[in-house]
Amino acid sequence: MSLQLFIEQLLNGIQFGFMLFLMSAGLTLIFGVMGLINLAHGSFFMIGAFSASFVAGLTGNFFLAILASLIFPALIGIMVEFSIIRKLYERDHLDQVLATFALILIFSEAIRYIFGAFPLFLDIPNILQGNILLPGEIVYSKYRLIIIIIGLFIALGLYFLINRTLLGIQIKAGQNDRQMIRVLGINISRLYTIVFAIGAALAGLAGALIGAIQSVEVGMGEPVLILAFVVIVIGGIGSIKGALIGALLIGVLDTMARLFLPIFFELIMETSQALSLGSSLASMSAYLLMALVLIFRPTGLFGKK
Amino acid sequence: MLTEKKFNLIIVLGIFAFSLIGYVINEPYFITLATKIVILGIAGCALNLILGFGGMVSFGHAMFFGVGSYVAAISAFHSMNGESINLIFFDFNGSNQMLFNWFLAVIFSMFFALVVGSISIRTSGVYFIMITLAFAQMTYYFSVGWTKYGGEDGLSTYVRNDLFSINTMLPLNFFIICFACLCFVGFILNWVINSNFGNFLKGCKENEEKMISLGLNPYTLKLTAFVISGAITGLAGALYVDLNRFVSPTSLSWQTSGELIVLVILGGSGRLFGPLLGAIVFILLEQFLGEVTENWQFWLGVILVLIVLYFPKGVSGLFIKD
Repeated sequence: MSLQLFIEQLLNGIQFGFMLFLMSAGLTLIFGVMGLINLAHGSFFMIGAFSASFVAGLTGNFFLAILASLIFPALIGIMVEFSIIRKLYERDHLDQVLATFALILIFSEAIRYIFGAFPLFLDIPNILQGNILLPGEIVYSKYRLIIIIIGLFIALGLYFLINRTLLGIQIKAGQNDRQMIRVLGINISRLYTIVFAIGAALAGLAGALIGAIQSVEVGMGEPVLILAFVVIVIGGIGSIKGALIGALLIGVLDTMARLFLPIFFELIMETSQALSLGSSLASMSAYLLMALVLIFRPTGLFGKK
Repeated sequence: MLTEKKFNLIIVLGIFAFSLIGYVINEPYFITLATKIVILGIAGCALNLILGFGGMVSFGHAMFFGVGSYVAAISAFHSMNGESINLIFFDFNGSNQMLFNWFLAVIFSMFFALVVGSISIRTSGVYFIMITLAFAQMTYYFSVGWTKYGGEDGLSTYVRNDLFSINTMLPLNFFIICFACLCFVGFILNWVINSNFGNFLKGCKENEEKMISLGLNPYTLKLTAFVISGAITGLAGALYVDLNRFVSPTSLSWQTSGELIVLVILGGSGRLFGPLLGAIVFILLEQFLGEVTENWQFWLGVILVLIVLYFPKGVSGLFIKD
């Protein structure tokens, strides 16, 4: 295997990692601040992708589509937070799992009703198509590079938001002591709504960005959701830094395992078997890593004891 | 309002009557529905042991259900095609005997539960939810990649296994077999829950520190409950293979784990046969809504949300007085 191929795959892993980060950042904030297990987070990923492809079809403008993928999920997130999610904060995890599982059914079926059962497509705009030559003779997809750059900016933005703004201080305070922040006279339910909307918007953005590479279809959010849960558990629940590191770790591990395991198994068995065994072991690798992390650090890498 | 004993009796007799009605009016589909309710009910009651009574939210119970299914299916598959599995010490030719395949399914899912439980029970809360999910996902992807037994397409066993000289292909006969299993499991779980062990387990859910200061070991208590639960769920998995004569990775997927949790909470956790009522409500809703509207999943979701928000004790809470 050439070094170029290796670096290209490494970049793909990082790109996948940043996409996972967009999903897990919201998930980990929502869990950290409100103590809510939100299985419906994958639905916002799907809603983002569908709103983007709807707006792109209407206006032909990719950048408006991306804007829509932030706004629609955030609005729907606010509506759902107001009507249902708000009542779940004081409940135990079990009720949260069931209610948000039910929300998945509702969202998926609603989207299927509105857009039909067939997958949609979201085209990458012309200026982002094709490849770019990186230093070291590496040819890489422009669009994937843009995803990496957007992910970096979001990570920086979130860091700034959490550490340098009043809202961020409130979020941190909310994670540490929910009772105290209420006593201090901060409007906690407004804070919860804002955090939920930010999470939904980030998931929607991730959905739209990925929707342009894959197809936009019902149920696209759940596999990503499950991996995002793995990410936040590895990183430590509530920690944005943990989510970033966990996401990059899982992104690179998953991509590399998919590349190397089939090659490795081809040495000892026939090609078709090696391919299927390699790819199924690669799918297992993220969960294996999570189990290992939890065995040695039961609250994740950056989680509170 | 009913006492819990009367409630259990009514539920069980109700299912039996439902399938008899199906037999009398010659609607085998009713009997199949009742059988499905019984099997998923068994799995739900098993999950309820650790979830409702032990406070351990396992989001990976599909693993035990699926392992039971796959073990039973693989044994039946080999007995049918005559190919033996080489197990170093001896060749295993598979079996078409229900009792033997159930036994295998229970043993294997117990083993899985022992391994997974001994690791997972060190964690708690949301980490426990996620680590059980992680193990289930691993078995899921393993089954997808195991092309020898169908991989993603699943494995067909074509005929039902034999039990004594009963014709198991007749829907009512198979229903009665599953029903007998349900009664057996019900007695076992009732005995476990009301034993000293069961009381200690409930104690672990309420206050682990207190149990430790009483000189008990919560880890062993929880692990024992986890293994019992896994074993019974495996039995349900084996029955499910006989019902469908088919197994696929779907039975190991996280959606299946989610549905088992739904059965428990829908019916009411912490009551012996709550999940059985959950299975009745869930499967009949699925059936009824599916006939009325194409978008039945939407309405199922709405009903589930309403139940969580307004009936925190589940549907059984409407009938049973505390």
